[in-house]
Amino acid sequence: MSTTLPRNPPAPVRPRAVSEMPGTSLHPVSARRAVVVALGALVGAVVLGVSIGPADVSFSAALRVVASHVPFVHFHSGVSRIDADILWQIRLPRVVLGGMVGAMLAGGGAAFQGVFRNPLADPYLLGVAAGAGLGATVVIVAGSRLSEILPLAAFAGAVGAVTLTYLIGATVGRQATVSIVLAGVAVAALLTAIQTFLQQQHAPDLQAVYGWILGSLTVATWSDVLLILPYVAVSALVLMAHRRLLDVLRVGETEADSLGVRSSRVRLTVVAAATLGTAAAVAVSGLIGFVGIIVPHTVRLTTNASYRVVMPVSMIGGAAFLILADVAARTVLAPSEIPIGVVTAFVGAPFFLFVLRSRRVGRST
Amino acid sequence: MISLETVTVRYGSTPAVSSLTEEIGSGEWVGLIGPNGAGKTTLLSAVAGLVTHDGAIRVDGETVSDLSPRHLARLVAYVPQQPVLPPDMTVGQYVLLGRTPHIGYFGFETTEDRRVCGVLLESLDLGAMAERRLATLSGGELQRLVLARALAQEAPVLLLDEPTSALDLGRRVEALELVDALRRERNLTVLSALHDLTLAGQFADRLVLLADGRAVAIGKPDEVLTEDVLTGHFGAHVRVLRSEGDLVVVPQRVR
Repeated sequence: MSTTLPRNPPAPVRPRAVSEMPGTSLHPVSARRAVVVALGALVGAVVLGVSIGPADVSFSAALRVVASHVPFVHFHSGVSRIDADILWQIRLPRVVLGGMVGAMLAGGGAAFQGVFRNPLADPYLLGVAAGAGLGATVVIVAGSRLSEILPLAAFAGAVGAVTLTYLIGATVGRQATVSIVLAGVAVAALLTAIQTFLQQQHAPDLQAVYGWILGSLTVATWSDVLLILPYVAVSALVLMAHRRLLDVLRVGETEADSLGVRSSRVRLTVVAAATLGTAAAVAVSGLIGFVGIIVPHTVRLTTNASYRVVMPVSMIGGAAFLILADVAARTVLAPSEIPIGVVTAFVGAPFFLFVLRSRRVGRST
Repeated sequence: MISLETVTVRYGSTPAVSSLTEEIGSGEWVGLIGPNGAGKTTLLSAVAGLVTHDGAIRVDGETVSDLSPRHLARLVAYVPQQPVLPPDMTVGQYVLLGRTPHIGYFGFETTEDRRVCGVLLESLDLGAMAERRLATLSGGELQRLVLARALAQEAPVLLLDEPTSALDLGRRVEALELVDALRRERNLTVLSALHDLTLAGQFADRLVLLADGRAVAIGKPDEVLTEDVLTGHFGAHVRVLRSEGDLVVVPQRVR
């Protein structure tokens, strides 16, 4: 370099004592507190999730059952065989699966809002829901013998839809971000049309299809958890690793590029990771709506809009929120269950409006 | 510091900049002037590596099209005409974005990055505002903040696209004075599009008048800011007056 900048240039305009910029502006105390609060909510949700149900099994019994399943530890829970099975085979996998699905939907929503700089973006924006819905419908109308491959079909449909959206959207027009979102609208409309047609042609399966679309964790098992664990883990890791770059993208692609970030590559990586995670979540839970919108926005409104906060707190908070929603779904009208998607919207929408409103009032004062 | 060699930028088949050749020395301030659509923004984007070009652009001896975006961002800081200013981002978070080219893909800001930004905020009189959200800043404060982010890149070249267009008269002169002071202290090379011809004449060492993507006049302000040249290329009647050694460009109403 022919000219190098002075290492410690004299401060122009107004010389002053040099002080380090307050570190709090990047890692605010409120951010750490938000993580703690979200973790607290998650613990509370897990306690409720495993304690509440038609059979009266306490949380301490649940802890003992979990301890008895730790490998190489010979611990007798002292809990009756039936209660132990209820906890270990029914409630616990359901809570764990609910947490994973909630974390993915909320984290995926935050990621899509980040790369598309669109507050209304949710993880279904690029066709995940339509693709999964079509995949599931195909399996359901093809016959119940195939029900075991339903999650795989939904997953394949979701990933296929987003791939199609991306291939179309990223190659047309100069405003790639806008083109991709528009391509997502078109792909979703097309796949939904096919799905609706199939559904109408097979009226006896209507209820099964409809039930799947509304979402449910009713038949959650440990094999579901293991099935989606790799995708969820990879997706969560990749999204967390990109939280600083998502902050850079907040100033738009042109400026992010001028700062040395290949924004289109970051966008592709984040979309791929979020799609993998949400497709896996949707494959086992159906189309649970609204989590991907309200959780990240609640985090933004109550703490900090930086993705260093929004990403981890959304994932933890999303897990807590979905576990709680599932508790409501199976207790409010017990013994019958309400679709969990109904609960997330019914509880989530007023809560979100409350946060939105109280935050507005707080800002104007 | 910046060397342009028959640079051509095409959007589709129409060239927005046509075979431009020019050398800009280290520490020099070159102003790009010209009517709307003349190619000023396009040229700045090309130097910043944001649009592909034919010909060669070299910055500090390195060919722009061969550099990784990150390497280029350590040589060239670019401030667009209307920077995106997320209203709920804090001043501290915003200026730290300028450190992006110094941070690895999965990395995070170091204490050194934060120190550099802290010094910059102090020196631009924004030190007390690190926690403020951008929505609460005035136009002049935002202008200084955007400059602070660009300076945080510690690049020897500063590209400014109409840096004063959003400011009132007093803030315009203030902003350009600030750029000038920073340029002298840090030996920055400044290439900026300027639409106010009078201010362009006062601050730039040399002016490049672009029209339809071609450089139609290059030289010192008093060589370029002449009534003949301006009237011909801006499609307006213009008078150039002299006031205490400065040139004043006055548009004339056609009666």
